[in-house]
Amino acid sequence: MSDPASFSYLTRLGDDRLVLGHRVSEWCGHGPILEEDIALANVALDMIGEATLLLKLAGQLEGKGRNEDALAYFREAIDYRNALLVELPIGDFAFTIVRQLLFSVFSLLQMEALQRSTNADLAGIAAKAVKEARYHVRHAAQWVVTLGDGTDESHARAQRAVDELWRYTGELFLADAIDHAVAESGFGVDPSRLAEPWRVQVEEVLHRATLAIPTVAYMQRGGRDGRHTEHLGHMLAEMQIVARSYPGATW
Amino acid sequence: MVRRALPSREELLEILDAVKDPEVPVLSVVELGIVRDAVASDAGVVVTITPTYSGCPAMQEIETEIRRALAAEALGPVEIHTTYSPAWTTDWITAAAKEKLEAYGIAPPGLVESSELIPLRRRAATVRCPYCKSQDTEQKSVFGSTACKSIWFCNQCRQPFEEFKAI
Repeated sequence: MSDPASFSYLTRLGDDRLVLGHRVSEWCGHGPILEEDIALANVALDMIGEATLLLKLAGQLEGKGRNEDALAYFREAIDYRNALLVELPIGDFAFTIVRQLLFSVFSLLQMEALQRSTNADLAGIAAKAVKEARYHVRHAAQWVVTLGDGTDESHARAQRAVDELWRYTGELFLADAIDHAVAESGFGVDPSRLAEPWRVQVEEVLHRATLAIPTVAYMQRGGRDGRHTEHLGHMLAEMQIVARSYPGATW
Repeated sequence: MVRRALPSREELLEILDAVKDPEVPVLSVVELGIVRDAVASDAGVVVTITPTYSGCPAMQEIETEIRRALAAEALGPVEIHTTYSPAWTTDWITAAAKEKLEAYGIAPPGLVESSELIPLRRRAATVRCPYCKSQDTEQKSVFGSTACKSIWFCNQCRQPFEEFKAI
């Protein structure tokens, strides 16, 4: 059965994790210390794994014969439905870690709720992702405290990252007709419901990290409708070039 | 043509017990709980597996090895189903398998932590060094050489080691 709302919703879930997973994988071989290099590679692998399952299910529900690879490698930026937050370049280590905190807390709350999806496949994927996201949250939270409550330099960088990223967090919780449709049917969850628990969790960590919570009047948006920053196209060009140069290649 | 009796679930699991996890070669995919079910019929064998982690890169290799092991038994076509529910947990690893892990130099997983969402809570349980059995150990990183392991250091015998993470 083809169901446009479920398909769109799943591409939002899948694209968030695919794009951020790819971004975090850029640290592989460049981490500040060996353990952290390995940790980030693991986190990236988890997110790309989750994206694979979500996009596979999206393709099945769409019913047009597109599998997870077709969706990842053969869609243009305008067809991607990830939030703007996850496509921004990796920046310095503080920027990457603060973003991991902001996204992982959101992801954990979202996946916890999706364990009760009326779609058994999605509920199963969510149950698995919850276990992974819990480790991601703990990892990021410990680092944010270490950096924020660390040296003058690490504090300044962490605060700068919080200030730059904050205006991209509002989009995570915006609900449109697609979200309302999947929340109504029990397939998905209304993201606006996650805003308050997210704020409580994130603010607790930022307080412990001695970092100030920004007050911004304007929140960026657009990714859920395919309006992206200029960064996504460059990232996709790199991510997709092998699959597009050698269609159907396997190894 | 002489018809052979179809193998039972137990017999199939015994065959699959020869398939080791490529990243933890001391344990089989049955002992790890990756193989959830195996059913033989006249049409062939259907094996149901579940991944340990969403992105576990060993799953493809494991599928290939399962096919190879069953092909050797000539039971007909092999179909492999992947299930995600219930989600894999280290609680499925048997006590005997946990002993094998420790003997191999990997600290076995403890019990799965509660699902409380308190990001800064430190884990209370200690992990025993698989080499000298000391409890005086510390975690160096939650993430190790594979998704399923974390990196630890033993303050007693000064040996780094890995722990199979409870999940």
